[in-house]
Amino acid sequence: MGAEFLFQGATIQRLLAGLGVTLRISLISVALSVPLGVVMGVLFTRKNRVLRAVLRVYLDFIRVMPQLVLLFLVFFGSASSLGLNFSGEVASIIVFTAWGAAELGDLVRAALEAIPQSQYDGAFALGLTSKQTFARVILPQALRSLLPPSVNLVTRIIKTTSLCMLIGVVEVVRVGQQIIDFNRFDYPMGALWTYATLALLYFVICWPLSLLSRWLEKRSSR
Amino acid sequence: MNWDLVAEYAPLFLAATRVTLVVSAGGIVGALVVGLLTAVVRLWHVPVLSQLAAAYVEVSRNTPSLVQLFFLYFGLPKVGILLSQEACAIVCLTFLGGGYMAEAFRSALESVPLIQHESAQVLGLSRQQAFRVVVLPQAMAQATPALVANVIFLVKESSVVSGIALADLMYVAKDIIGQSYDTSEALFLLVVFYAIILIPISVLGTYVEGRFSHGR
Amino acid sequence: MTRPTRPQSAPAEAATSATPVLELRGIRKSFGSNVVLDGIDLAVQAGEVVVLVGPSGCGKSTLLRCAIGLEQIDGGEVLLDGSVVSGAQRDQQARTRMGMVFQSYDLFPNMTVLDNVTLAPTLVRNADKAQAEERARALLARVGLAEKADAWPNTLSGGQQQRVAICRALAMDPEVLLLDEVTAALDPEMVHEVLQVVLELADEGLTMLIVTHEMSFARAIADRVVMLDGGVVVEEGGPDFFEHPQTERARAFLRTFEFHRVGR
Repeated sequence: MGAEFLFQGATIQRLLAGLGVTLRISLISVALSVPLGVVMGVLFTRKNRVLRAVLRVYLDFIRVMPQLVLLFLVFFGSASSLGLNFSGEVASIIVFTAWGAAELGDLVRAALEAIPQSQYDGAFALGLTSKQTFARVILPQALRSLLPPSVNLVTRIIKTTSLCMLIGVVEVVRVGQQIIDFNRFDYPMGALWTYATLALLYFVICWPLSLLSRWLEKRSSR
Repeated sequence: MNWDLVAEYAPLFLAATRVTLVVSAGGIVGALVVGLLTAVVRLWHVPVLSQLAAAYVEVSRNTPSLVQLFFLYFGLPKVGILLSQEACAIVCLTFLGGGYMAEAFRSALESVPLIQHESAQVLGLSRQQAFRVVVLPQAMAQATPALVANVIFLVKESSVVSGIALADLMYVAKDIIGQSYDTSEALFLLVVFYAIILIPISVLGTYVEGRFSHGR
Repeated sequence: MTRPTRPQSAPAEAATSATPVLELRGIRKSFGSNVVLDGIDLAVQAGEVVVLVGPSGCGKSTLLRCAIGLEQIDGGEVLLDGSVVSGAQRDQQARTRMGMVFQSYDLFPNMTVLDNVTLAPTLVRNADKAQAEERARALLARVGLAEKADAWPNTLSGGQQQRVAICRALAMDPEVLLLDEVTAALDPEMVHEVLQVVLELADEGLTMLIVTHEMSFARAIADRVVMLDGGVVVEEGGPDFFEHPQTERARAFLRTFEFHRVGR
């Protein structure tokens, strides 16, 4: 079959170490984008026109540009125009945090706006303060509709971190390429098996999250 | 920012825009066809094919496009399947997008109320007739916002084809940065050209979404 | 709502002489372990209007759905003009000889009113497009919606939509029309316009099997009333069913439509 190299030496360990970098970038970005996204989403529902316009421009720019363009902007652009030298990994975390926060902010906004006025009216009629209304009535409902797309966003971030290798980050795909290069002469089928293995590694991580998201979605729509 | 350099590099980006558009368009058309077929096969519970379709959707949606592309371009030649860069890029976007389009079609097809199927049935329409005149037109209207979102997604994802040295916008920018260090100019042009492609589609998407969200 | 012109004796005579248009014999239907219909016999003669009543969940709607073939029956048979159309004989042709109108929202939203009405004649019967349209316009005029022919369903009120749905069913010239609580989802002020149309159809001699919760309408239109409960026919009678129910279950059912203030 020509796939023996995968089980020789430290190949598996190296791939898993690469996967560790992938997950490190993803998880740090997710952890940072959650508070930022929530704040952004809440700010979006405020009446302040200027604030909303600024957020709108930020959100639209981040969402309309390919993630790879954003990576280039931060990795190459910050050095040339700001004189900052980020490592590939730091640049990646900045990009995925900014992107995650924008996407999550939009989800939070949509979830908050989807709550009908009657819920606010009902809470008001019962004599709840606006703080109580938000914490006890609005937030729990928003969270229910927010959770499935948020989990989906995490899988999107994990998949997209594969682009980091294109700005020189040694994450799992880059490690895969190194393994292919190393075994080029002994195992000519290396590329086929390595990329299949990479796909499998991502699938094993992302698929359960997709299933979780779908399950949450089904549960919240009931 | 050196505007003379911007003017000098602009034609390169214009040529690269063509590559980005051709690859994206090919991928989008392919994805729509594959997506609709996949969705219909799943909707009608065609034995075996339906399970294969479900597996395909999961694989295409849960693996990175870059890995899919590398598998096609570097992996498949090892078993004798040799595709050109362009073909690889289009097949990759078709494979990736097909899964997303299939889900858009499927949820739209499933959102057509049961009573619509039953009304067609009691009027004597065959299953094919009911699908063609009653179910599909309603599902298409329902699916349009998601389809437009997927179109934008695929144009954005087309940037990964620079990874197999196809001279799209991304690749040209990378090339200029690598060769002459005119980073600001290259990045500026990169953003401008993607904006020129993507903003109109995005605006169209918002318009379409507004149109289809009421009216029924 | 009254139908003074209708001769009450006609169906009774027909019942003894002619083959029923629609006949249900021993219909049984279960959903899982829940037996919904437990052997229903029912015959509808030509020109007769039979109204099915009974408490919610008694299987009235299921019976209509079984009759037209939307549900597979577990036992018994459906006959149209004396020939079996259920089970292995279930086919497209038999289905088009019956018409059905549902509770609500069954117009095709992607077509105009006129296209809704002409769709089946042109597609299923290969009728000439122009002729089908002419006929459709005549039907729409009859229910007072001539000017709505080119409108989209979502621009119509619920009552107007249901009148179009009736036209759509009539366009196939059904031998029997099944109405499944056609006013249940309507605002009260729209109920009347729809039921008036149904009443006129009855006067013109259309054979109908009707499920309804509108008791005054049932009383006005019924040649025969059949009450279902627990999956069986509990009582069957003429329009005087409402004044003189014979069984305790029918009396209990009819009492649910009355209101009494406690302590009076």
